[in-house]
Amino acid sequence: MAQVSLRKIVKAYEGGVQAVKGIDLEIADHEFVVLVGPSGCGKSTTLRMIAGLEEITSGDIAIGGTLVNDIPPRDRDIAMVFQNYALYPHMSVYDNMAFGLMLRKFPKAEIDRRVKEAARILDITPLLERKPKALSGGQRQRVAMGRAIVRDPKVFLFDEPLSNLDAKLRVQMRTEIKKVHQTVNTTTVYVTHDQVEAMTLADRVVVMNHGIIEQVGPPQELYHHPATKFVAGFIGSPSMNFIPARLEQASGALRLHLPHDIVLNVPAARTALYQPHAGKDVLFGIRPEHLTDDKATDKANTAPITLKPDVIEPMGMETLVHFKLNGTEVSARLDPATPAAVGAPLSLIAHMDQMHLIDPTTDKVL
Amino acid sequence: MSATPTSRRDLPGIYSKAGSLRAERRWALIWAYISLIISAAILLMPPVYMLITSFKTSREIADQNGNPWIVRDPTLGNYWALIADPMFQGFFFNSVIITLVVVVLTMVISILAAFALSRMRFWGSQVLATGVFLTYLVPDTLLFIPLYQIVGGLGLLNSIWGLILVYPTLTVPFCTWIMIGYFASIPKELDEAALIDGATWPQMLMKIFIPVALPGIIAATIFAFTVSWAAFVYPTAFITTPDQMPLTIGVVSQLVRGDTFAWGQIMAGALLAALPPVIVYAFLMDYYIAGLTAGATKG
Repeated sequence: MAQVSLRKIVKAYEGGVQAVKGIDLEIADHEFVVLVGPSGCGKSTTLRMIAGLEEITSGDIAIGGTLVNDIPPRDRDIAMVFQNYALYPHMSVYDNMAFGLMLRKFPKAEIDRRVKEAARILDITPLLERKPKALSGGQRQRVAMGRAIVRDPKVFLFDEPLSNLDAKLRVQMRTEIKKVHQTVNTTTVYVTHDQVEAMTLADRVVVMNHGIIEQVGPPQELYHHPATKFVAGFIGSPSMNFIPARLEQASGALRLHLPHDIVLNVPAARTALYQPHAGKDVLFGIRPEHLTDDKATDKANTAPITLKPDVIEPMGMETLVHFKLNGTEVSARLDPATPAAVGAPLSLIAHMDQMHLIDPTTDKVL
Repeated sequence: MSATPTSRRDLPGIYSKAGSLRAERRWALIWAYISLIISAAILLMPPVYMLITSFKTSREIADQNGNPWIVRDPTLGNYWALIADPMFQGFFFNSVIITLVVVVLTMVISILAAFALSRMRFWGSQVLATGVFLTYLVPDTLLFIPLYQIVGGLGLLNSIWGLILVYPTLTVPFCTWIMIGYFASIPKELDEAALIDGATWPQMLMKIFIPVALPGIIAATIFAFTVSWAAFVYPTAFITTPDQMPLTIGVVSQLVRGDTFAWGQIMAGALLAALPPVIVYAFLMDYYIAGLTAGATKG
């Protein structure tokens, strides 16, 4: 087991397109790190560079303190789980899992012990003699994980392993992956575009966009203290509302002036922080779960807003309502018991202690 | 609620054919059968005529009376005469040797070339892949002239080894192309998984690609077999004595004595020569089709 270090990693393709633009990242021993971001953000390229499947244009990658820039994948002591499983179709499940060990000339008894132990952990013992085509998607993914586990590598690499599974199986396998990590405790780098997967699995989440790292941190930190507008919008579902506003000073307090003459008081605790931006245009960021019906008992640091819903989506445990505020889409999360009708005024409260202000020129959260 | 303009009843012009799906299918099948029967009749007529003639005596063949499609006095004499003829045995043996060596050579070259061209990214690989296919487009009727010079220069004229040297010019390009298509249909993640599992490139080829691409390899092997077994232009140009002749030219050149055509034996010889490819196709047809269509239908 080992730590992984990326230093000033650049990946440029022919024609000068840079997929990864000089990222730095330290992954600790035993840590579960998730790289998350939209398509084309460079997360998979980064993972493939760690695996040795892509050459790095410049920078250094070290695994367990050893520089691996020029070391081929087979000698990096890593194991990888692919999105489409990449099981060898002509081999049985047992042979798929044993293949890497056979190539490394492990004794037969040791191979057998490891394969059976991995099969037990993953609950695939009855499938060992089957061929991959006789397995379901979830079973195939377990075998792919088994192939990684038997190698007992320094690092596990997962490249969107759940994307080919249906929604229910994805949740189930997510839990399995977390369980396996808790059992084997190997350093893991996991790539996904699904922020829910990132939040639920990671010790630390790395949010990437356009080839750079936007923010690194534990899931809760990213959720509560996003550094940029991109992270604020990417983490959380439905994503954060961004409403153009103006921050004004009024008798020692700060107020946000939103479209439709909505005025919200900024909590006193944030006054000092936002003071330098008084009199400027800002983006008011608030998550749908912090824009709710006014049933809250504790109304400190809340501000009332009345809006007319355009769309109402009952989800069972909650109801999502969507509004248009001067052309900006806004979503709110309501108690399902709250009566709401399209076009009828609905009284909401904004939990201002959960608000964010974003500088529209830099897209940084203030 | 009043009927909307899009309801079926309001648009009889558009939906009038609805419900006639079964009739359409029946007509399509009728036309398919008619076309298939006509093409089968055209294609099968020569071999059937060969078969009928091969069972006739020379006298019956020469007889101008009666229906030529009916055998009046069937005999296996033509077959026995050929099988017992040491010269015919020599033709057969030559064909077997040439085909076996050419097929092995072709498959070794094609698999290695296709693996390199489809998987190992290197400068010029795309141009080379296209070049391989363009080579296939040059007909052997043009190639045999420069090849005659080359084979002559090597002192291999009138030798089956000269044929073994030149047949791969016909087989390698197409087989490489088939194999490129098949290898391209194997997901890239499979070789990446093998690389990470610890495989070297040769191990990846031997333990992953060849077993996975077996249908493609069988298709290419059948193609190489058919081409080398049935080649006519090169042996006609390069071989002059019966002891080095393969079946294709042996049958037509040595069974015509002066202006006497041993039609019964020629037909029997042609049928015997055609038998090995027919047997191979009959057993491996499914693999052949799967191999040829792999590149076209899979990502």
